[in-house]
Amino acid sequence: MEIPYIYYLVVSGVMFFAGVYGFIARRNMLAILISLELMLNAVDINFVVFNRYLYPCQLEGFFFTMFAIAIAAAETAIAIAIIINIYRNIKNIKSDNLDKMKN
Amino acid sequence: MENIGSEVIFYIIAAVMVIFSVMAVTTKHLLRSATYLLFVLFGTAAIYFQLEYEFLGAIQVAVYAGGIVVLFVFSILLTQGLGKKQEKIKKSKLVLALSAAVIGAVVCLYSLISHVFPNSRYALGEDITMKRVGEDLLGSGQYQYVLPFELISVLLLACIIGGIMIARKR
Amino acid sequence: MDYSFSILILALPLFMFLTLALGGNKMSQKFAGLLGTAGLLTIAVLSYMVAFQYFGMDRVDGIRPALMPYNFEWLSFTDKLTINLGILLDPISVMMLVVITTVSLMVHIYSMGYMHGERGFQRYYAFLSLFTFSMLGLVVATNIFQMYIFWELVGVSSYLLIGFYYTKPSAVSASKKAFIVTRFADLGFLLGILLLSFYTETFSFDQLTADGGFFLTSTSGATFMGCSVAAWAMALIFMGGAGKSAMFPLHIWLPDAMEGPTPVSALIHAATMVVAGVYLVARLFPVYLSVPEVLELITWVGAITALYAAVVACVQSDIKRVLAFSTISQIAFMIVALGVCTSMIPSEGGLGYMASMFHLFTHAMFKALLFLGAGAVIHAVHSNEMSDMGGLRKYLPITHITFLIACLAIAGIPPFSGFFSKDEILAAAFNKSIFWGVWMTVVAAITAFYMFRLYFGIFWGKEAKHEHTPHESPATMTIPLIILAVITCVAGFIPFGEYITSNGEAYHIHLDMTVAITSVVCAVVAILLATWLFAKPNSKPEKMQAALPRLHKWAYNRFYMDNVYQFVTHRIIFAYISRPIAWFDRHIIDGTMDMFATVTNSVAEKIKGFQSGKLQVYVWIYIVGAMILAAAAIYTLCIK
Repeated sequence: MEIPYIYYLVVSGVMFFAGVYGFIARRNMLAILISLELMLNAVDINFVVFNRYLYPCQLEGFFFTMFAIAIAAAETAIAIAIIINIYRNIKNIKSDNLDKMKN
Repeated sequence: MENIGSEVIFYIIAAVMVIFSVMAVTTKHLLRSATYLLFVLFGTAAIYFQLEYEFLGAIQVAVYAGGIVVLFVFSILLTQGLGKKQEKIKKSKLVLALSAAVIGAVVCLYSLISHVFPNSRYALGEDITMKRVGEDLLGSGQYQYVLPFELISVLLLACIIGGIMIARKR
Repeated sequence: MDYSFSILILALPLFMFLTLALGGNKMSQKFAGLLGTAGLLTIAVLSYMVAFQYFGMDRVDGIRPALMPYNFEWLSFTDKLTINLGILLDPISVMMLVVITTVSLMVHIYSMGYMHGERGFQRYYAFLSLFTFSMLGLVVATNIFQMYIFWELVGVSSYLLIGFYYTKPSAVSASKKAFIVTRFADLGFLLGILLLSFYTETFSFDQLTADGGFFLTSTSGATFMGCSVAAWAMALIFMGGAGKSAMFPLHIWLPDAMEGPTPVSALIHAATMVVAGVYLVARLFPVYLSVPEVLELITWVGAITALYAAVVACVQSDIKRVLAFSTISQIAFMIVALGVCTSMIPSEGGLGYMASMFHLFTHAMFKALLFLGAGAVIHAVHSNEMSDMGGLRKYLPITHITFLIACLAIAGIPPFSGFFSKDEILAAAFNKSIFWGVWMTVVAAITAFYMFRLYFGIFWGKEAKHEHTPHESPATMTIPLIILAVITCVAGFIPFGEYITSNGEAYHIHLDMTVAITSVVCAVVAILLATWLFAKPNSKPEKMQAALPRLHKWAYNRFYMDNVYQFVTHRIIFAYISRPIAWFDRHIIDGTMDMFATVTNSVAEKIKGFQSGKLQVYVWIYIVGAMILAAAAIYTLCIK
């Protein structure tokens, strides 16, 4: 008897909303990025679980997760490049200090 | 017996993931938060292994744990330095974040519990051989993914160039 | 006879204007001046050739025919009503060509000395060329619309030249005043042209004047406010002429126009542009003859202006202003001469036309001479005020002699040119009625008085203190004075009636001895009076001033005409018409627009908070919104 897949969904749901909490609450941009990774991973888990349990013959969720991992890597690299660039310019990576374009 | 073993393993993994994901977003040390993220990512990889998607688990470990987290650690050290405490979270923001998270979690959990899911077809799945992964990734038929594959490769190239351009010193 | 070269008379000054205006800054001042003068010399020679050829021609049926070497269609409104551009040569336009080019040439030469070293010297010559072009175009116009176009062009060049010293506020306001007053008068001119063309369906002078009755019949029956449309049209056209010729009450711009450089005053505001009104009436003379009530109006306007300007000129202290009022008065003489005409035939009441043109010719010469002489005086003492002058005859001998000749000419002393032409005008006035004859004789006497007051004030009388000893002007300035003085001496002997008469037939001028003797006696008496009062420093003028304080004060302030204008424009037009309109514009029209802007602005202000730029707030809104939607979806599903 395998584990009911709703368990996985609960775990990924908790992960996701932990990510949401971090995204909104944290000020440091790196922390926000970490929260984002959490959310992405939660979604990946969902894909894999649904693929495995409901449509085991096709590999849609599998490949979707694979591509998502690739995109997440790319996105993180770019985001960190931007953050470091910002840090160079204003010596700070607090999200609420980034209002130069506003005024 | 085997089932009980895998169930125990699952609960351990689930507990680790839940605890560390919450800790990752609540800890005041950025470096610690990156470390907790690493544990969560390992937990995810473990779930993939448990679901017998070994290749995906390997990718998860290689790319996330090996690549992204190292990147995080570098950038944290570059921008923060060691042992520097984060400022306190503002109360208004805390309220906002908690409300969003709690509302979301409640709605999701309620829908998970109240929804009647179809039966599992786990047993029908055969083993995922590397041969199949390779064919599906580079084939152009139904349920085959050469087009996204190429798109992702272009995207990665663009990211490499973009990353260089952005981080370059002027 | 071939007149095709006459197009050069128009093309050359335009070309000179473009050259000097576009390339003037690249040239040295001397080169620009020489270029302008050489160009004008060529134009003058061409004009003399045209005049020689035209007046040397045999008469056709006893009259001199009007020629049109060029006349092409420029704009066509309807089949019949077209605007042409061309060149019309007839006795008066050929005479005007000679007058304009001669005076303009003198002024060009004179300016090389007078304007030497001024900033904008090249610009000055460019404007002079523009003016010459426009004025020549005006006189050779084949139709009334072409005349109107060039009429406005002379207005513009006059505006530009009055405002030549554009850093001086008084010059700027004087140029604006001149432009606005003449524009106001031109409004009447334009209305008149439209009325005229509406009824006669033509702009062309030869059709309008071919038969005076043609115009009357085409407008017969149509009346407006008790007068025929013909009378209205001609009166409105005269209004334009009165504005340009500074007739009372539209004269106020001319004294102020003296803010421009003195040679410009000589050319534009004494000799050529201001007589455009006289020229206009003369051009349409047969038509005016058919509406005698308008001629009556013209006579009255001219006579009142002549007397008014002469009286005011007696008490002004700025020499250029004296000359300006004298100009107004003399132009009024010409206008009166046209107004007192009763027929086309010179010997039967049409003498005034010839007299007017004759006076126009002689006046242009001696008034240009007076202005240029005054310019030489101002050049020497650096002041316009008579009190800064006096006793200059020792320092400026050439200017003194030429100025004296011009004064004698304008006073009407034989054998100088002014005597002959003024005598014809007085004869024409006496022809009409004794009343006008006496009136004009009195004005002529006053003219002699104020001119000699000016003459004595400048060259005799008490010597004022000078910063440095005044010295005679350079040759470029004295040569034009001498040339003009010679012309003034001999011009009276030109058999003018041979060339220009109202109906084109030759008319032999003969002096009416009673008129001539009366006027000369009056002039001599006035000169003697002026000599007694002003030749030696004494207290008699002050005593006279004290005896008639009110008259002196009124005349000195030009009978408060400027104040009347000030009152009418500021207190009445601005206060009761412009201000309500401005209020309406500012509050109703602008207010509506402002309201739209204010509403948009306040709405934007209210919703601005939604776009705070805070990413985390956006995420919160997004997630909570999504969750509310999800909850709603779940709720509806459960209800089912």
